Amino acid sequence: MLNYLLQRLALIVPTLFFVSVLIFGLQQLLPGDPAIALAGEDRDPNVVAFLRAKFHLDEPLPVRYWYWLSGVLHGDLGDSVRIQKPVTELILEKLPVTIQLAAMAIVIALVIGITAGVISAVKKDTWWDYGANVFALWGLSTPNFWLGILLILFFAVQLGWLPASGYVSPFEDLKANLAAMIMPAFVLGNAFAAVLMRHTRSAMLQVLSSDYVRTARAKGLDERVVVLKHALRNALIPVITLGALGLGELLGGAVLTEQVFTIPGFGKLIVDAVFNRDYSVVQGVVLFTATVYITLNLLADLAYYFVNPRMRH
Amino acid sequence: MAAVVYQQIEVTPRRRAWRRLLRRGGAMFGLGVVLFFVLLALLAPWIAPYDPVATSWSAVRQAPSAAYLFGADELGRDVLSRIIWGTRASILAGVVSVSISMALGVPIGMLAGYLGRWVDALISRITDAMLACPFLILAIALAAFLGPSLTNAMIAIGISATPIFIRLTRAQVLAAKAEDYVEAARALGNPHWRIALRHIFPNIVAPLIVQATLAIAAAVIAEASLSFLGLGQQPPAPSWGSMLNTARNYVDQAPWMAIWPGVSIFLLVLSFNLLGDGLRDALDPRHK
Repeated sequence: MLNYLLQRLALIVPTLFFVSVLIFGLQQLLPGDPAIALAGEDRDPNVVAFLRAKFHLDEPLPVRYWYWLSGVLHGDLGDSVRIQKPVTELILEKLPVTIQLAAMAIVIALVIGITAGVISAVKKDTWWDYGANVFALWGLSTPNFWLGILLILFFAVQLGWLPASGYVSPFEDLKANLAAMIMPAFVLGNAFAAVLMRHTRSAMLQVLSSDYVRTARAKGLDERVVVLKHALRNALIPVITLGALGLGELLGGAVLTEQVFTIPGFGKLIVDAVFNRDYSVVQGVVLFTATVYITLNLLADLAYYFVNPRMRH
Repeated sequence: MAAVVYQQIEVTPRRRAWRRLLRRGGAMFGLGVVLFFVLLALLAPWIAPYDPVATSWSAVRQAPSAAYLFGADELGRDVLSRIIWGTRASILAGVVSVSISMALGVPIGMLAGYLGRWVDALISRITDAMLACPFLILAIALAAFLGPSLTNAMIAIGISATPIFIRLTRAQVLAAKAEDYVEAARALGNPHWRIALRHIFPNIVAPLIVQATLAIAAAVIAEASLSFLGLGQQPPAPSWGSMLNTARNYVDQAPWMAIWPGVSIFLLVLSFNLLGDGLRDALDPRHK
């Protein structure tokens, strides 16, 4: 276990290094003088001079990278030019909203995706299977911002059941919070459910044709026990890893969902930063997302290692 | 008898794959819809009933009617004409971004897979780093730093999708390298570039075509997403994503503004996905 963990950690260090180079490199894409671009539309000469000194723009590129990296390693992702706050503080402020949205979306995706995947595999080549596959194709092909608009049109405008947009903290009013978050969570979970359904279906098909399932059936076990207790438990192992890879896309999807439903989360932070030319925030959000993604992948790999006894031998 | 033998020899793997593709209803539907949209894009100047950027105050948010089949938007512009012209942005974005990804990803992936050792280790770590940034967030960040425009959105999407092609090509080259025909080519004294380009490359094209088709679907959604956020096609030029962005503000007064651009994105993306799935089944019959 320790060896495996060390091996995985050893691979993460260079990956994180290249992530940092990539994100630092984004700044180099800015046309013209980065200090002027970073100063925003006002181009206040004092701000430009301040930024030039702050980012050591007169120094060579590797030196600038080193300064930037030392700041990042100390938890300093820079300051927002617009909001005049440290980027780390801004991210931590917005993060709980996105975590709630993502957590609700994951629950919805797991329930729909795994159920549809199991049914589709068990009832292979029947209308259930075709229906589940159509659902997966629908989920993968529907832009989530459009689905969001359609749901607003139906549930908020036509029926008036749910609020069209906005956010209420769960600590203020839990019912209002859930009412505001259910549509965005469904929208975000929809595509992820499609991905999970496809993974579950193919993993279940493989497991259902294996010898031990045949043995379980030959023993005369109830089909429900065979599917849920014997097959699904093993089929879910690869789904864990593949599902973790899909979480990254979930974060990407959160950007659009939060924009459609005006939810003041992490995704809205990056979009607002883009339009305010608040580049430190953009860099900070990308770096933070990549780190979260790498950590989740590591955890998924460890979980895979932990639940799959064959990996340990 | 001789004629029968002759006919059997004539069935090349490519023709067999084509026949398998023809038997797949979903893939044929996908191909048909893609061709329909390509035709719309090409013939836009002749078939669009109105100028897509011409405003008409008398038609502001007019519901669908004989004059405006898909209705009119908040500036009185014909939604149908904007959908037809918007096809250009979507198809262009899909094809150009994936071409960029392939032009970068395939050669880099071949280098990693063929040369191995430190070149592979270095490329693989850079690929891991790019894959660690979620596709859309990386595309948004790149588009933000490059500046909002359709060209920059295509570059941003193309670069963001490159690591997928690097990984796929690398894996395919690694598998092909172990095959007997590559060993034979090496034993005959062929130079490395010749083995890579003439012997390995033709044998890894099939999975690349499948991935490219699916990547176009992802790129069409990504372009629509960037345009929806205001980072792609700039107004007044029509794009399905930016049309949905505007429609969001009028969803209670003019829902048709939101319906048609979404249906168009959905149909085009679905068709590329169906075509990609069909191609995968047709080109690799072992895959199910």
